[in-house]
Amino acid sequence: MNSTAPLDVGDHQHATFPDGLDLECGVHLPSLDVAYRTYGQLSPKRDNAIVICHAFTGDQYVAETHPQTGKPGWWARMVGPGRPIDTNRFFIICMNVLGGCMGSTGPRSLKPACAEGKVERWGTDFPPITIRDMVRAQYKLVRSLGIERLFAVVGGSMGGMQVLEWAVTYPHMMLAAMPIATAPFHSAQNIAFNEVGRQAIFADPDWYGGRYWEHNVVPARGLAVARMMAHITYLSEEALTRKFGRRVRQEPKDAQAPEASLAMFGDVFEVESYLRYQGSAFVRRFDANSYLTITRAMDWFDLAAEHDGELPAAFAGTPVRFCVVSFSSDWLFPTSSSRYLVRALNQAAANVSFVEIETDKGHDAFLLDEPDFDRTVRGFLCGVADHAGLA
Amino acid sequence: MRLDQRLIAQMIEPGTRVLDVGSGDGALIDHLFRLRGCDARGIEIDMREVTRSVAHGLPVVHGDADHDLAHYPNDAFDYVVLQRTLQAVERPREVLRQMLRIGRHAIVSFPNFGHWQLRLKLLLSGRMPMTAVWHTPWYETPNIHPCTIRDFIALCAEEGYCVQQWMAVDEEGERAPWRRSIRMANLFGEQALFLLRREGECPPPSEES
Repeated sequence: MNSTAPLDVGDHQHATFPDGLDLECGVHLPSLDVAYRTYGQLSPKRDNAIVICHAFTGDQYVAETHPQTGKPGWWARMVGPGRPIDTNRFFIICMNVLGGCMGSTGPRSLKPACAEGKVERWGTDFPPITIRDMVRAQYKLVRSLGIERLFAVVGGSMGGMQVLEWAVTYPHMMLAAMPIATAPFHSAQNIAFNEVGRQAIFADPDWYGGRYWEHNVVPARGLAVARMMAHITYLSEEALTRKFGRRVRQEPKDAQAPEASLAMFGDVFEVESYLRYQGSAFVRRFDANSYLTITRAMDWFDLAAEHDGELPAAFAGTPVRFCVVSFSSDWLFPTSSSRYLVRALNQAAANVSFVEIETDKGHDAFLLDEPDFDRTVRGFLCGVADHAGLA
Repeated sequence: MRLDQRLIAQMIEPGTRVLDVGSGDGALIDHLFRLRGCDARGIEIDMREVTRSVAHGLPVVHGDADHDLAHYPNDAFDYVVLQRTLQAVERPREVLRQMLRIGRHAIVSFPNFGHWQLRLKLLLSGRMPMTAVWHTPWYETPNIHPCTIRDFIALCAEEGYCVQQWMAVDEEGERAPWRRSIRMANLFGEQALFLLRREGECPPPSEES
């Protein structure tokens, strides 16, 4: 596949809701597709369903080989038979977010047919969406599966924002919520990082005002730079030092030495070539307009906004059991933001557990091997099942 | 579960809401949930204990008595428990106030600095006393606010708290025989256990106290 050719949407399992979705911005989406995957069996009482919300650039392929990249599911170490989120016990639903590019309605979807019958993509005309819009789209799918009450909603990073939005919007539709490495609002620093990523995309000559597919290209350069920058925020200084240090990349001997100035700024250090690889792999699977739409949805996220800045009011009287998890070296969604959330939950007298996992792996730790984290997830879900009398 | 935790559990009505401040390994809240049907939650300062408790399915948050009680609303709990920790907090009077603000009852246990061995050691050696209960040298101890049973009763009187029940407990957590005389309890009790209520909220005194 040519890395600069427009991406093929492919055929992902999905449900279509012809009644569409009313968005918070006031626009009505005339038709809604929600792409999803499920794992495990729904119990006869339909009481064992867990929704897993994916992070910004994740997708619905949480526990199986990705059909496009061929890589293992992004949380395969957490979700599966005998895993902390055990598919022998629970029925797992993972959906591509609204605005995404893995089969759910998003900027790359086709606009509803115009008068002349012309077929066109949304692109930059895709209406602005919010985290709540994403969750309301997920709600439609969950209800269409005949599920009236979820056992739990679990997710990290932007997935954690969706978990919190689920708990605030549908508190009586779920027993438990597990917001991981997340925050109840997007911080100025995180909005700033998102803005740099967006500007990198806009600055790419292949951006063509957001209608790059008409020129048979994608703004690969800008999207890759956005990804490289974002990727740094997912790691920690310790993790970068441990993985790469100051090691210099060993060039193959027969490589033709380019001009001196280029050699000076080529991928000399291992950390540079790692980031370049991350950037180039990303543009093959992610759409630039989705990148813009979803980062904007994150930026607008603030659970307290509807309550005059009073976060506890958002959780008043909540019956949901919460388990908040942060990671000590995460500086993108630091422990302080989780603690802020926990204090608001305490103020609302909610049932809450809160664990900070000691790790040097940064924000990405929630995707990596952290035995204490695994035990926390497994134990919390078992505890909730105990309380609920779930078999 | 320690024996004195069993005594604490007996003070708690079944089916009530309980916050255990300094929940440790979570033994008390686990007991209260499973055997007494309580909605029991914990706060613990040691992250390893928190992780272990949550991994056992117990609702525990990382936090401490000095900084985190202020974030709970009034009357959020029927009982707020503080086990063997009062002497180690920064502001014991404020912690007690918070406990009786967010809970209708406070259950407090602490090691008694009035025990005869401590008095005798200080008198005879002129050095900070060390015993099985007070086993850390002065320069390393986390116990920055030691008090005696009589000190505690005086503080409760000053703050207007009503002592609904009290008992002296030995180091193993067994209830000590000093039940009537506070002075005897203060001399021979290694630990003390109090059930407090707010001013004017005490029920009529029962036979057993």
